[in-house]
Amino acid sequence: MTIALSQFDEVRLDRVSRDFGALNALRDVSLTIRRREFIALLGPSGCGKSTTLNCIAGLLPVTGGAIWLDKQRVDTLRPEERGFGMVFQNYALFPHLNVRQNIGFGLKMRGTPKAEIDRKVDEALSLVRLQGQEHKLPGQLSGGQQQRVAIARAIVIEPPLVLMDEPLSNLDAKLRLEMRAEIRRIHNELGATTIYVTHDQDEALSLADRIVVLRDGVVRQVGSPKELYEEPAHLDVADFMGFRNKLRGRVLEIENGRVLLDVEGARIAGVAREHVSPGSLAYAAIRSDDMAVGTPGDRSLAVTVDTMEYRGREFVGTAHTAGGLDLVFRSHQAVEPGAKIHLQVEDNRVLVFAEPVQGRN
Amino acid sequence: MDAFAPATAATAHGPSLRQRLAAQGFDAVTLLVVPAAIFSLALFVYPFAFGFILSFEPKAGGDWLANYKRFFSDPFLYETIAKTLWLAIPVTLLNLLLAVPIAFRVRLLRHQRLLTTTLVLPITLGTVLVAEGLLNYLGPQGWFNRTLMTLGLISEPLKLVHNYWGVFASLVITGFPFTFLLTLSYVTGIDPALEQAGATLGANSWQRFRYIYLPLLMPGFAITFCLSFVQAFSVFPSAVLLGAPAGPTRVISIAAYQAAFEEYDYSMASAVAMIMGFVQLAIVVAVLASRGLFYRGPASGAKG
Repeated sequence: MTIALSQFDEVRLDRVSRDFGALNALRDVSLTIRRREFIALLGPSGCGKSTTLNCIAGLLPVTGGAIWLDKQRVDTLRPEERGFGMVFQNYALFPHLNVRQNIGFGLKMRGTPKAEIDRKVDEALSLVRLQGQEHKLPGQLSGGQQQRVAIARAIVIEPPLVLMDEPLSNLDAKLRLEMRAEIRRIHNELGATTIYVTHDQDEALSLADRIVVLRDGVVRQVGSPKELYEEPAHLDVADFMGFRNKLRGRVLEIENGRVLLDVEGARIAGVAREHVSPGSLAYAAIRSDDMAVGTPGDRSLAVTVDTMEYRGREFVGTAHTAGGLDLVFRSHQAVEPGAKIHLQVEDNRVLVFAEPVQGRN
Repeated sequence: MDAFAPATAATAHGPSLRQRLAAQGFDAVTLLVVPAAIFSLALFVYPFAFGFILSFEPKAGGDWLANYKRFFSDPFLYETIAKTLWLAIPVTLLNLLLAVPIAFRVRLLRHQRLLTTTLVLPITLGTVLVAEGLLNYLGPQGWFNRTLMTLGLISEPLKLVHNYWGVFASLVITGFPFTFLLTLSYVTGIDPALEQAGATLGANSWQRFRYIYLPLLMPGFAITFCLSFVQAFSVFPSAVLLGAPAGPTRVISIAAYQAAFEEYDYSMASAVAMIMGFVQLAIVVAVLASRGLFYRGPASGAKG
């Protein structure tokens, strides 16, 4: 393996901000990325994750803060001086250059000798498994192959950092799973450091060593996939991690971090993730997987079923309570829409969050 | 047997004539082409064919090629080709060279519309108005010369009108907006992500232009060149008003005009027009054929 990525210890974002006129797309984002890490920037559209990536790549100037590559400040450099490899959402392959020329473009711009370009391009081609396609134009390749060219082109310049902007969003579901594994394989084989932008929590959970959840240009939580999945710090992070049921209720009592909520007369118990006080309003966050059809009682919610979806091993249904709460639940049997049933949760699968402050949750 | 009968009948008839025509891309909507076809026949094909035949029927009778022989034996006539080319080609190239950097800049502007409108204004003024304006502005008593003399940069007025440069300036002014608009549309048609990709791969701004934009824009530039060239080649009002119509700016359209309306020799005028058309065609075909040397596919990389 002669594609040897430049060595460094860490990339550090120090209170990076980016304004578009009056709009703060990024506010004081601080983040340290260590060598060989796979970091996913996760968040809904408009949260600032692509802005962050473009700021790191140099395609957007930052309006505040600094970006450091070890001891070198890079946010003042032009993108061509940073030498970070970037994979674009639409791949941005040069349509007039064939696969080999596309991959070799960065090396050619650096004035690398022809023989060395050939050798490195051959290696990149075999790394992304595209041998035999090297003389085709991008327009003659399938989506997955274009994706491989884009990755090869970004890594062949041996960048300290590989940036990926939703690289799988243009592929169909099957290919997406395949390329997801490919990206992880390439990352491991090269020992690359990767920052990966996505809005798909499955992608982030399965690929990343650490996930950074962004919302409204602010970092909400940073942690391993396991931490984020099991212990989301805020309601919106929980929402992103699959806690689709957010039940608003009043806190009845608190004991050792366990909270008892009154949700439309039902008593729901959970673990507090944020500070709540008795009598205040709070949210119980529950995954649809943990909410199932049960029996009537003071711990279950009476609901009317709206829809049922067949998901292979089970059904996923939506329902609403008399008070207007919308719920998602799973069921082993189909329930007729319109039917009145009772939904129950397992106590230890409920997380309780404080009511979000107005304008900032 | 009975049960199969209808099916057999349908197979025997096959799809109707209308369906078969539609499959060939020929349906009722195709008829909308008819007015345009009639228009083109009446206003282009017929006059062209008429002129073509007329050019082989000399006014004085005799040899059917007499008009063409006369054109190519009389320096006063055949030199108009070189004089016209000597105006049209440099003007077109200059316009293109000016339009490219400006288009690259304008593409990034937020108030693109305002600038575009300003640049396009000369097109709406018409060549005669521009020519009159230039006569005043660049003339011996015009502001331009007076300013330079006041500043002491020159001691006597520069001769800028009634010669080659007067026509040149007028063609640049009236031709630029057209060239610019075409260029702008080609430049903005290229996915900006390609340039960003080039930048992250280490290409500086010149390399990005040279290796990404230029190859993708060449076919568009060729078309722009051809259309601008044809416009400049048929220069007439400004060559008469701003130039020296008996001397260095005696362009080919002046030769045709004189044959038709001073000698009343329509046959000869037709021959000049045919020669004019042929020269234009030769240049346009040569430029368009050179497009084959470049990539001509879509200017965005992915299927999206």
